[in-house]
Amino acid sequence: MRNLFAFIRRYSVLLFFLILEITSFLLLIRYNRFHQAAYMDAAGEITGRVQSKYGMVESYFYLRKENRDLRNKLTDLQNRLAENFQNPDTTVLLKTDSIPLDTTGRLRKYQYMDAEVVNNSTSLPTNYITIYRGSKQGLEPGMVVLGPKGVIGVLLDVSENFGTVMSMLHRQSRISASLKKTGESGRIEWDGMDPHKVQLRDIPKSVKVVKGDTVLTSPYSDFPPGIVIGVVEQVFLEKSTNNYLLQVRPSTDFSSIRNVFVVKNLQRDEQLELEKRLSKKK
Amino acid sequence: MSDFLRYTLRLIILILVQVFVLYQIPPLHQYFSPVLYYIFILWLPFSISRTNLLIVSFLTGLSLDVFTKTPGMHAAACVLIGYIRPFIINILMPQRGAEFNYKEPSAMALGFVPYLTYVVSLTLFHHGVLFTIQAFQFGNIGYLFFKTTGTTLISLFLLFVVEITFNRKQKFITNT
Repeated sequence: MRNLFAFIRRYSVLLFFLILEITSFLLLIRYNRFHQAAYMDAAGEITGRVQSKYGMVESYFYLRKENRDLRNKLTDLQNRLAENFQNPDTTVLLKTDSIPLDTTGRLRKYQYMDAEVVNNSTSLPTNYITIYRGSKQGLEPGMVVLGPKGVIGVLLDVSENFGTVMSMLHRQSRISASLKKTGESGRIEWDGMDPHKVQLRDIPKSVKVVKGDTVLTSPYSDFPPGIVIGVVEQVFLEKSTNNYLLQVRPSTDFSSIRNVFVVKNLQRDEQLELEKRLSKKK
Repeated sequence: MSDFLRYTLRLIILILVQVFVLYQIPPLHQYFSPVLYYIFILWLPFSISRTNLLIVSFLTGLSLDVFTKTPGMHAAACVLIGYIRPFIINILMPQRGAEFNYKEPSAMALGFVPYLTYVVSLTLFHHGVLFTIQAFQFGNIGYLFFKTTGTTLISLFLLFVVEITFNRKQKFITNT
């Protein structure tokens, strides 16, 4: 027993060092598995406040560009209004209504909410975006986030007033995508290296892909279908599989996002419920 | 200003600069991302005890981690350099007693070449661990090597600029 105490005393610094290192690694591993570590929740509120103050100053530098992007988005939406279309056939009346369920039985599926970006990074292999909108303002984890120019990422965690978004530039991010031309779907990943290149996998070799093809979100993803992800920049053949490896240039410039839209899929719960029933039957 | 207050202020400023300036810079290249906050640990006083040094290093890393949302990643790297710092200082100390004359490690206290060795070795250890943890999932040795080297060069350059811009007071504690 005495020897044990002598040993501990002699190597106390080394032991303390090992304890701290193990703590760090435990934190790292636990956080990756369970994204809602309690301490990050409290710390998230504090760092979020600091970051929103900083964001207030920084946003001035991007006003011009942001204005232009939002105006473009606005014109795009104006063009889709029902009033813009004349229907020559008078027996059919085309009507778009803001009530969730209209008389023809069409359900509203996606609801858009705007949010301001208060923190953002692109230089790490695990990039997160913090937005100033949280559970009090109707956000839930699992919603998707779009920018004026296309896909941004997935909402991971929310506190009362802030939300954390896993950016598309995160090495654990997986987004279901499809080619605009042929409709083949694959998945978008990021290898953590170049923020101007994400990878599209699982597109079979039988499809003709050329540089410049547009990549959209697929109908299988949580994203509304047909949102632009980017443009194919390089085409490689993966030797080990029967698939392409496509380098895609994202349409969004991740280093300068200021305002985003959070999209809620109103039918997601119902869909998940149904799919869960299937797995129970097996 | 008391020492405690000064070091706390220094820590806050370094963390804020790291989060809001250096990590905001659009990456120049996939191998270069400026990292500077760890000079807080390099600049801690000689007199700090080894246990306290470890605690302070851990907290330094953790406070950056809550901003980057990677709890434990920077902390692990900081604790490591906090642990090996006393060994390196012991090896490089020019003569017994410098730690009584000078407060913090600096080019003046250690001499230029030993100080450079001190900085380069701790920087390499810090970045090596940091990028190994980051790279766990793409595990590419060449990438890791170049990223560590590239970032070390950038960090050393930044450190050089900081050293000549901010003249730390090299107070004599005794007049030997």
